[in-house]
Amino acid sequence: MKILAVCGMGLGSGLLLRMQAEKALKQLGVQADVEVSDMGSARALSATADLIITSEELAQQLGNVKPRVVTITNFVNLAEMVAKLEEALKDR
Amino acid sequence: MGDSVGGDGARGTLSDLLPTVAIRLGASADDWRAAVRVAGDALVASGATSDAYTGEMIATVESLGPYIVIAPGVALAHARPSPAVHRAGLSLVTLVTPVPFGHRQNDPVRLVIGLASPDAEGHVNALATLADFIADDDRRSALLDARDAASVRHQIAAYEAREVVSNVKGEEGVIA
Repeated sequence: MKILAVCGMGLGSGLLLRMQAEKALKQLGVQADVEVSDMGSARALSATADLIITSEELAQQLGNVKPRVVTITNFVNLAEMVAKLEEALKDR
Repeated sequence: MGDSVGGDGARGTLSDLLPTVAIRLGASADDWRAAVRVAGDALVASGATSDAYTGEMIATVESLGPYIVIAPGVALAHARPSPAVHRAGLSLVTLVTPVPFGHRQNDPVRLVIGLASPDAEGHVNALATLADFIADDDRRSALLDARDAASVRHQIAAYEAREVVSNVKGEEGVIA
């Protein structure tokens, strides 16, 4: 399973998303690769991703993509990441 | 064993990357641009960047929006690696009066973190520590109430020392 953490530049907030997602996945007992992407590459990379995590702002700019998009409001709140990933992965 | 995930480049600690000169407490800013400028000036003062990088951080928000407001009251100002970045560095600014960045949920911003990195790795550890540090309400409050930069440095050093101990013991129970 491949998860794409999308942010504007690929090194600030996206990195935080990746770190939080990795902690959350560990807690949920789910194996997945989390890759950081900037907005510029996100559309192309989304073709091979199973799930995208990003902010609500950037999700709107991203528009329609194949994988399900999970939006995170508080990037340092692990509970939010765990709850939203759990919900998104439940349907798989 | 004990190697950090990102290799050598990821090892700069938060204390390494956030010197006293890069901490500005109780700054005044009329709007989000002024707030980002304070964070940029602090990066320049620490030698991490030259002034052009500050403009690049502002341009990032102008083109991509206020997504840099990553948590309630917290903005992570940064731009791409560029010639204006001399080395990895962080800055920390608290605002005497919070300013809106235009973020629907997380406005207004009271804490601005400036981030500069010449590559994708040099700031990984420091950023991870900072995120964990501010994730806790009590620690974030103490940070916002700090009277001087030395106090902020002390809080961070104490947290880093504790973090090392908990890593040695393993991660069990950290979430509880």
